[in-house]
Amino acid sequence: MGWQWFHRLGSPRWFYEKSSAWIPWLAVLSIALLLWGSVWGLAFAPADFKQGNSYRIIYIHVPAAFLSLAGYYVMAISGAIGLIWKMKLADMVMKSAAVIGAVLTFVSLVTGAVWGKPTWGTWWVWDARITSMLVLFFLYLGVIALQEAYQHQDTANKASAILSLVGMVNIPIIYKSVDWWYTLHQPATIKFTSESTIHPSMLYPLLVMVIAFYLFYALALLLRTRSEILYRERKTRWVQELAEAGRGSR
Amino acid sequence: MNGRLPGVNDSLQAQVTTLPGLWPGFWATLRRDLLLAFRHRGEMANPILFFLMVITMVPLGISPEKAVLAMLAPGMLWVVALLATLLSLDGLFRSDFEDGTLEQLLIAPQPLYFQVLAKVLVHWLTSGLPLTLMAPLLGVMLSLPDEGYGVLVLSLLLGTASLSLIGSIGAALTVALRKGGLLLSLIILPLYVPVLIFGASAVTSVVEGFPATGQLAILGAFLAGSIVLAPLAAAGALRISVNG
Repeated sequence: MGWQWFHRLGSPRWFYEKSSAWIPWLAVLSIALLLWGSVWGLAFAPADFKQGNSYRIIYIHVPAAFLSLAGYYVMAISGAIGLIWKMKLADMVMKSAAVIGAVLTFVSLVTGAVWGKPTWGTWWVWDARITSMLVLFFLYLGVIALQEAYQHQDTANKASAILSLVGMVNIPIIYKSVDWWYTLHQPATIKFTSESTIHPSMLYPLLVMVIAFYLFYALALLLRTRSEILYRERKTRWVQELAEAGRGSR
Repeated sequence: MNGRLPGVNDSLQAQVTTLPGLWPGFWATLRRDLLLAFRHRGEMANPILFFLMVITMVPLGISPEKAVLAMLAPGMLWVVALLATLLSLDGLFRSDFEDGTLEQLLIAPQPLYFQVLAKVLVHWLTSGLPLTLMAPLLGVMLSLPDEGYGVLVLSLLLGTASLSLIGSIGAALTVALRKGGLLLSLIILPLYVPVLIFGASAVTSVVEGFPATGQLAILGAFLAGSIVLAPLAAAGALRISVNG
């Protein structure tokens, strides 16, 4: 009995109908937290002793970086669920998670570069964390490219699921090797590992932003998955009835 | 051999028990692929020629200065060897996919894991091994310091085998696509990062007078790990590509 919810997830229609009730809650909560966190972080948190106001990009940069990594695991695990239990919904979640994850990785790379210019005087440094982020971005792009390359949807799902699982095994190895590579090549002029621990007055808005980003990620994933459901199930009667109803009410 | 199947007459039982086992299947694939590679000797030379030509571009593009080249040599040799392996990967399963051999391998009673392993072994013998043997000569052209040669060969020996194994996953995923070649590079290159880092740094550290045993041990660990895991993933990917 306890597993009924899991079997119900096999039906995209059930998920589509249930999830429409969650969207307003998620939307209100995530937007409220985003507003609260960014106003607190950008306007009220104290300026940094060394970096002045430029450090405030941390409130976008760090949550985006957190989620770009967590998003890879969401993608790979839903890919695995799709492979093992042949669940259509999991395949759709995987495809949506790939795109959102790639965008978030890109955001964290760009905000990192913007932050780097005033702080270190350069847009790009071959630092261990930046380099691993770049490799993560490439992994995402590979999954998306493979997904797009296949005509047949089922093959595309399975192939990109395998690739994301292979990537998941590799991510810790890539991170460790890049870390090791960096300690060997460490340039003497720039040090960012010596950052002091963050003060609570700066930390709390950051925590709010992290939670807000998680909720926003869930919302984005939900919305994208729902449109993917409609697209892939466009030949079924319930989607056509939904479209008819939408046309009638206008 | 003593497994008597229920409700089967003698002639069928004899057929079942005389099916070739795991190792005969492995050797048959190995022998067949080696023979095929030998019959297309010209193609075998392509990765090596690519290696040679790109290394020739380095002094032309950067500087013929000995000190500059010696500094670049370990990384350059590794990067170009990696690219040469990558370019030869597209053909790993392609001709077998096109003439239907791959389907026969999939329905063969021997586990697909060992068939993939045999094919990857042949790929390494015809691309990774020649590249490794060629590398010292190109090292001379890039004025690699004398201490580097032994470790260069050792690291490439271990590393190119991992590259072939990891690359087989990408080749299996893209075999059904008509324009799979570029896509194969896109999905496999990020996975090559650890091998490149440790391979190139083994040579660099020996040139700088430090031992390279740590890096070589890690390359060996990568190889052991990818022997266990990569053919499994490639076998799964092949089933998807062929059925799709």
